[in-house]
Amino acid sequence: MIKHAKSKALYDTFERKGTGQKVSHYCPGCGHGTVHNLIAEALVDLGITDRTVFMSPVGCSVFAYYYFDVGNFQCAHGRAPAVATGVRRVLENAVVISYQGDGDLAGIGTAEILHAANRGENITVFFVNNAIYGMTGGQMAPTTLVGQKTLTTPAGRSLTRDGGPIGMAEVMNALKTPVYIERVSLGTPQGVMKTRKAVKRGLSYQVEKRGFSFVEILSPCPINWKMDPGSSRKWITEHLEPVFPVQKFRDVQSGTAAPEVPKQPKVLKGKALLKMLQGESAITELTESAMKEDQFVKIAGFGGQGVLSAGMFLAKGAIAEGLNASWLPSYGPEMRGGKAYASVILSRKQIGSPVVEKPNVLLAMNLPSLLAFEEDVQPGGVILVNSSIIDRKVTRDDVTALYVPASDIAKSGGLIAASNMVMLTVYLAYTGTLQVETIKKMIPQNVKRKEHVEKNLAIVDASIAYLKEQGLLKT
Amino acid sequence: MGKRLMKGNEAVVHGALMGGATHFFGYPITPASEIAHGAAQYFNGSGRFFLQAESEVSAVNMLYGAAGAGARVMTASSGPGFALMSEGLSYLAGAELPAVLVDVQRAGPGLGNIWPEQSDYNMVVKGGGHGNYRNLVYAPYSAQEMCDFTRKAFDMADRYRMTVCILTDAYVGQMMEPVELSGEMTEGEKKPWAVYGDGESKKNLITSIFMDPVLLEQHNRHLQEKYSRVEQECVEYEEYWTQEADFIFVAYGITARICMSAVDQLRSRGIQAGLLRPKTLYPFPVKQIRKLCSRNITLAAAELSNGMMADDVRLAAEGKVPVLHYGWLGGVIPTVDEITDRVVRDLEKGGKL
Repeated sequence: MIKHAKSKALYDTFERKGTGQKVSHYCPGCGHGTVHNLIAEALVDLGITDRTVFMSPVGCSVFAYYYFDVGNFQCAHGRAPAVATGVRRVLENAVVISYQGDGDLAGIGTAEILHAANRGENITVFFVNNAIYGMTGGQMAPTTLVGQKTLTTPAGRSLTRDGGPIGMAEVMNALKTPVYIERVSLGTPQGVMKTRKAVKRGLSYQVEKRGFSFVEILSPCPINWKMDPGSSRKWITEHLEPVFPVQKFRDVQSGTAAPEVPKQPKVLKGKALLKMLQGESAITELTESAMKEDQFVKIAGFGGQGVLSAGMFLAKGAIAEGLNASWLPSYGPEMRGGKAYASVILSRKQIGSPVVEKPNVLLAMNLPSLLAFEEDVQPGGVILVNSSIIDRKVTRDDVTALYVPASDIAKSGGLIAASNMVMLTVYLAYTGTLQVETIKKMIPQNVKRKEHVEKNLAIVDASIAYLKEQGLLKT
Repeated sequence: MGKRLMKGNEAVVHGALMGGATHFFGYPITPASEIAHGAAQYFNGSGRFFLQAESEVSAVNMLYGAAGAGARVMTASSGPGFALMSEGLSYLAGAELPAVLVDVQRAGPGLGNIWPEQSDYNMVVKGGGHGNYRNLVYAPYSAQEMCDFTRKAFDMADRYRMTVCILTDAYVGQMMEPVELSGEMTEGEKKPWAVYGDGESKKNLITSIFMDPVLLEQHNRHLQEKYSRVEQECVEYEEYWTQEADFIFVAYGITARICMSAVDQLRSRGIQAGLLRPKTLYPFPVKQIRKLCSRNITLAAAELSNGMMADDVRLAAEGKVPVLHYGWLGGVIPTVDEITDRVVRDLEKGGKL
């Protein structure tokens, strides 16, 4: 063992462990103490102790915060790379260390380590691999060797029953983003010297903001291996190293340019932030609505007919004329099946249930919609039928049926997609719910493609002309 | 100031930014995904941070890291994803980290479906995960409240150093309504307990482990005292025609909207109905329910669950008045008529009509 003075990055006495405590909780011959010392030494060498934030995992090193005189987080089992990601995204200049054992990193936390590495988080991961669960008393780890006896593999680990030891450095090496991946071993004094270098390199790359570093350290666990410290180091070289080859997998050398990080936009605050949130489509009251009674509107059709957007447009128009409005869509996988409907309620009072069970207005854009909702319409209600594509009459005689060749009018106006605008215009003009002027004023703000604005305006006019032609407009 | 038509889910994002949120970590799930979409647009667009995590488990642990580093943080999900976050919630509670989590409830159990239910009540309102902890829970029933409650949640989370949940449902999340973006904008302040990666804060420790049972008991007692304060200071509710009402619904979220319409309809039929709407589910408006129970009334806990909130109503009523449970399951939403007919039947059966 290499003896050296205790690093200043470690507490002089371990008060978090107990008053006046000078020795760690690690077992005699355990590798964690060595790795702790090497990390602490590197922190001092690099002058980064004060800005280091250390993730203690669940496992034997759960109490790493007893020892390191740095900012500390104790993390849930396997989640240290996710916690480290959270810290990384907040503290730009912190040096973030995720210190993990084999159960933590290669078992319960495989998703977290894989994705943190894949994002290239600028953190340093020290993976202490001793091929066994230490803290819980010696159960099989994901890195336990085939044939190795543990409390949960009393006859030895079976490749076909329990799976084989996972080489995490190799897994990391399958990803594009890590900048430094090396496996080292505490099996010999030379190995410890190499580990010292690897630890320092992994940290210095982070200081240079290069990206994700991963140092796997083969480490002894004499107690759970049921060996003395000397034999356990020998066991590393004789048994672990053949399965987990000690090598540098990747090293994007110092001196090459650090990867480019996407630039964050300027931080908006106060009024600038509010302005962004209010957006362009903030609604200002235009005129007072002449709506005669609360409107319970069902708009229904197939996907692509602009059912949902017609509902939104209607709701916005109502708000612009000082009414309350709610809009409830169909959503989720059903939408992708082609059925679309929106429930819109317009009222002068506070709106209770936003669900339109019994519409007094139905805009049926296609036949299935007419068939589905005709019976629900309140007596005295209005049903608008898109007669361009619905070859069926309304069968009820207690409602007003309006047949509007909406698709044809839209097509003549050069914008087949605007059949929703035809239906909306006819409905609003016929019932006098909102002013046609309101619709027109809203079009420039709400039509996404600017070249469609004029066409939409013309289609509104054509819809009104149609109503007049049919003698349906009272003015 | 102009109103803007937006989904409840979008309103959450607006409220969050007005409440000083700087970091959003999330994972997509219907019917909550628009919150992540909005966060990706508006958090990034305003120089804040949005990150799509690999899972809800990771998302909540990212919250843990970012909250411990002093940021105002949030995530959003629906039942199946929120369940995965139970682990993280427990750690957040143990480490007393402030964070805001939104649950846009869908129907369960298991994958269930994407329509509204209120069956995450026990999971969210009672804590749900490992250990003796609570979340402060707001229950918005409109897009405006989605915005306002989320904004407020960040101040409350910091004030009490605890997790604040927005418990809503698929309809309130998906529904569009006008939202007024006004009111105060707040920002997080420097936290004396957080780890900032500097010499001054390195003494701080973010942890939930206390090996000594005596110390862990002390820590738990401290948490319970905090929850008692929350119970004293944070109860919010709204009453709709409850004065002199004989029949009072207790309902939150989308169900409260439907019950409001039912109250109107019942009153037009001459039945003195009212609605008590908890805006906070933890703490629950126990005192107010107790007060209402001093009169000869009937209470009906109306919810999209098998009676999870009804249990709290019964506890508050202390057996003084009958507490009915009106429940719907699986994503089925009651009609107003269905509710009013049932009320009439129940009142007749009880000899009160």
